[in-house]
Amino acid sequence: MKPVNQKAWLLVLPVFLCVAFSAILPLMTVVNYSVQDIISPERRVFVGTEWFAQVMRDSDLHEALLRQITFSLAVLLVEIPLGILLALSMPASGWKSSAVLVVVALSLLIPWNVVGTIWQIFGRADIGLLGAALQKVGIEYSYTGNSRDAWLTVLAMDVWHWTPLVALLGYAGLRSIPDAYYQAARIDGASKLAVFRYIQLPKMRGVLMIAVLLRFMDSFMIYTEPFVLTGGGPGNATTFLSQYLTQKAVGQFDLGPAAAFSLIYFLIILLLCFILYNWMQRVGTTDTSEAAE
Amino acid sequence: MNTTVMPAPMAGTPRSASKARGFVLQKRTLFLVAYLLFAVLPIYWMVMMSFKTNEEILSSFSLWPQHFTWQNYKTIFTDASWYSGYINSMIYVAINTVISISVALPAAYAFSRYSFLGDRQLFFWLLTNRMTPPAVFLLPFFQLYTTLGLMDTHLAVALAHLVFNVPLAVWILEGFMSGIPREIDETAYIDGYSFPKFFFKIFLPLIKAGVGVAAFFCFMFSWVELLLARTLTSVNAKPIVATMTRTVSASGMDWALLAAAGVLTIVPGAIVIWFVRHYIAKGFAMGRV
Repeated sequence: MKPVNQKAWLLVLPVFLCVAFSAILPLMTVVNYSVQDIISPERRVFVGTEWFAQVMRDSDLHEALLRQITFSLAVLLVEIPLGILLALSMPASGWKSSAVLVVVALSLLIPWNVVGTIWQIFGRADIGLLGAALQKVGIEYSYTGNSRDAWLTVLAMDVWHWTPLVALLGYAGLRSIPDAYYQAARIDGASKLAVFRYIQLPKMRGVLMIAVLLRFMDSFMIYTEPFVLTGGGPGNATTFLSQYLTQKAVGQFDLGPAAAFSLIYFLIILLLCFILYNWMQRVGTTDTSEAAE
Repeated sequence: MNTTVMPAPMAGTPRSASKARGFVLQKRTLFLVAYLLFAVLPIYWMVMMSFKTNEEILSSFSLWPQHFTWQNYKTIFTDASWYSGYINSMIYVAINTVISISVALPAAYAFSRYSFLGDRQLFFWLLTNRMTPPAVFLLPFFQLYTTLGLMDTHLAVALAHLVFNVPLAVWILEGFMSGIPREIDETAYIDGYSFPKFFFKIFLPLIKAGVGVAAFFCFMFSWVELLLARTLTSVNAKPIVATMTRTVSASGMDWALLAAAGVLTIVPGAIVIWFVRHYIAKGFAMGRV
């Protein structure tokens, strides 16, 4: 158990102030908007939970939510194992590790609107490498016409864009495992798989938890890339939650319902992250106790 | 500090274990090469687009430019409104990264070493600030920074980006710090180290992989953020990501210019990761502490 020390608050205070300064006021404004009908800056009417009820009944929203959850799950199922594999196969030292690190990190550094634009050209069957290559091997592919292709292209783009985040975190986690652990495993004659299962995975648990939560919440709020690539189409195939929110807020310019929507959106992410976080912590603790046996 | 903290490491090098794994290692290399290819191809396409003209991009498929041109890069380097965007971005990203890491380090230490009133709640609350769709914050931020008279300054963007970078840095650093056994702290105090000396001389080198990754991610997230940066600036601090949106105009999309700007946005980040790579790549051997 960690020792109780209330003075630790002093160490946390700067962080608390930095974040609270920019977070609490805006959140209060949004809560404020969500319970009012804003007719003009001077005329507003208190409407209570009306907007919330209206948003909850919206059947388009239910569809967008379902699409969003499916997409985020797919993102986690592909990117987390792929990222771990990548972290394990990256060279540990020397010039090769430097070169691989830089190449892996490149996709993270491209502004999100450019990512969408590049894939827009990259995926076109007439002028793009990916589209042309798929055409060549005989696969009918069009991300603008076929909703399954569009969905898969957005997923592939996200995997390309964000797997490096998981890999870099995992890689840094692996690098901070002391040699002594590997030596002990060697003396015990542990297999490669056992080393991964009982040393590397538990030691990466902390960083992997961050990776899972980050990827989950960021994919749940994905906006720019699919908006640029497909515009949400064809049909509604790639209209995810935040794009639906933006359509609502900008298209109809209704601050009240948009604010209520944002709050519900926020609460859904909060709830799902909370469940994920607690689940991973439980899994993690049983892991370490097994490893200690 | 010469004390051995971990169960005493046995003699011999850790490398000899890998001899029997030749086959596995080869499969790994194959996988790595395949992934790197996948990672590089879209970037290759972007680089090639930046050396083409718009007509060439849209007219036909070619693996490399048939009519090679530097024109897109010339436009960016000769137009002040383009290149000042890079400078503005670098200024606020640097301010943001420095503030984020320096406030996050003591906080992450507190979270990983002590329990105090509301620690778990506070820790999770920090992360909740990354869960709000940023569009929600635009109007309130605009009002807040106008009131403070910070509009169109680098500081405004740097402060606004703290909302998502500080929680990230705290979480990453806490993850790495929790991996360091508490016995290290105790041994250092017994050896007569003061807290600052212990923190900078012993503790920080142990988690430098974490610091490197956290700093890189703070840089990256602040570098590519568009909505807040665009809302809080107009001329003096206008970032490159906002300048780029100019390539979409009534006369259509300037694909080639956008691709060139995209290539140039990668460069500063690639330099940053080149400098922090040693922190990330080389871990530490605790037996040698």
